Amino acid sequence: MTRAHALPAYNFAYLDEQTKRMIRRVILKAIAIPGYQVPFASREMPMPYGWGTGGVQVTAAVLGPHDVLKVIDQGADDTTNAVSIRAFFAQVAGVATTTKTTQATIIQTRHRLPETPLQAGQTVVYQVPIPEPLRFLEPRETETRVMHGLEEYGLIHVKLYEDIAQHGHIATTYAYPVKVEGRYVMDPSPIPKFDNPKMHRSPALQLFGSGREKRIYALPPFTDVVSLDFEDHPFQVQTFKAHCALCDAGGVYLDEVVTDDHGGRMFVCSDTDYCETRRTEGHRGTGLPSDREDAGREDAR
Amino acid sequence: MSSQPILSVRNLERRYGAFIGCTDISFDVWPGEVVAIVGESGSGKTTLLNCISGRMERSAGTVCYRMRDGRFPDLGDLSEAERRFLARTDWGFVHQNPADGLRMRVSAGANVGERLMAVGERHYGNIRRTATDWLERVEIAAARIDDQPVAFSGGMRQRLQIARNLVTHPRLIFMDEPTGGLDVSVQARVLDLLRMLVADLGLAVVIVTHDLAVARLLSQRMIVMKSGRIVEQGLTDRVLDDPRHPYTQLLVASIPES
Ligand SMILES: Nc1ncnc2c1ncn2[C@@H]1O[C@H](COP(=O)(O)OP(=O)(O)OP(=O)(O)O)[C@@H](O)[C@H]1O
Ligand SMILES: [Mg+2]
Repeated sequence: MTRAHALPAYNFAYLDEQTKRMIRRVILKAIAIPGYQVPFASREMPMPYGWGTGGVQVTAAVLGPHDVLKVIDQGADDTTNAVSIRAFFAQVAGVATTTKTTQATIIQTRHRLPETPLQAGQTVVYQVPIPEPLRFLEPRETETRVMHGLEEYGLIHVKLYEDIAQHGHIATTYAYPVKVEGRYVMDPSPIPKFDNPKMHRSPALQLFGSGREKRIYALPPFTDVVSLDFEDHPFQVQTFKAHCALCDAGGVYLDEVVTDDHGGRMFVCSDTDYCETRRTEGHRGTGLPSDREDAGREDAR
Repeated sequence: MSSQPILSVRNLERRYGAFIGCTDISFDVWPGEVVAIVGESGSGKTTLLNCISGRMERSAGTVCYRMRDGRFPDLGDLSEAERRFLARTDWGFVHQNPADGLRMRVSAGANVGERLMAVGERHYGNIRRTATDWLERVEIAAARIDDQPVAFSGGMRQRLQIARNLVTHPRLIFMDEPTGGLDVSVQARVLDLLRMLVADLGLAVVIVTHDLAVARLLSQRMIVMKSGRIVEQGLTDRVLDDPRHPYTQLLVASIPES
């Protein structure tokens, strides 16, 4: 708050109160109709569209002075995009920020959900590039609107059919379509399908904002979110054979990173906060250099 | 043939502003019957077809359809959801240009399977088997099932469009110049196939064509249009062999003797 007062050029959280009220009304409507894309008058934000202006506007509208904000990009808190958005809100709203999933009240994200289960009272804000799940086969918006209205969702299965015909299995790994409360088909934004089950009946409020496409949609807490599939090709999440080379976590989403210029590579958690927390707790992966072992043991003590 | 029409059109009119697209149109279609609508370019054939298939608003008149449960509602009294459901289950629409009726960038199998998925089929293996069957019925090699129609010839595309429409076992098919864009040599094969399928499946068909030979080959009854009005209708053989209206006589006289 105090820092926001020091910058009189900005209203709290950058947007003026009237705009925030407009966005909140849209969010309320989105919550009332889970999975339905509600149009909104997207505003110019002081960052390019690819940077999640939809998510930023949603966050700005729901943010209060006592919130604690976490921002992740591909699971990491320290990428340019995440750092910039966090710094932006620290400056224009003076809110506390964190990298700890457990301490955050609002988590704005691009491409991942945290590994740590979300809690009641937390709000996730997804940055969405393309909100329309039917777009790839039906470019006409007049038509996709009717399809949603009349629950004509055969086209989504056409896409999944094509996947199987070409690859022998459903090859869609990101932005994997889901059906919400048995009604609207929704694009979960480009998170890996690994994260889809985490959306199902989550106790957290989940909000989705697309700035360029001027759409907001939502999943209220404990909403049914079912990934679409065929009876003989059921939905499956990615599985990783390896454990994280840094924290030894299994059953989490791993990124492959190159470790040297001799072709060395290892798998590490994409969720940097989760990985660090585990290392602080004393978990050690096989990829950590052995000379760090003593230090690690000391830390744990 | 059943004693009740499947489609009944009465006093249909469609205006484009002050201009009359078609007017004073009344006729019935019985189950399993092929009705050809013929007439010169601009006579209102496509306008009429679009109005009776619910693709275009009409200005006046009624169009009633016999549902599977026996009801006979005016299309205008159905909800949009019901109309669209009919259009992708009980009806088919074959466009002159296959690109208007196909998804050119998805595989032949998915083009055929789309209607099945639209009505809730969720078993990939079943969809694929049915698609394979239908490709064979329209004489497309099963090996082409994963190819996109962009890689098909004009005749193959048209046959694929037909398969895509028939997979849900519709009862009524609308066709607008289905062979109009094809080479003469290719036309014959598509027409033969159509004639066979229509007979096998007992389909009712309303087909628009300006080609009297197509009408002769496929239809039992004919409607002749001029300037948006019906000038003559009757059994195809009668109309072609003994045309009564001077305009029909002119049309018939202009086709070369076969
Ligand atoms: N959208 C429109 N707006 C205004 N006039 C139209 C429109 N569509 C068609 N018409 C006019 O209505 C008349 C009938 O057109 P229609 O397309 O039904 O004829 P057609 O018999 O199908 O001709 P063709 O054999 O060339 O396809 C024509 O004079 C046409 O110019
Ligand atoms: Mg026409």
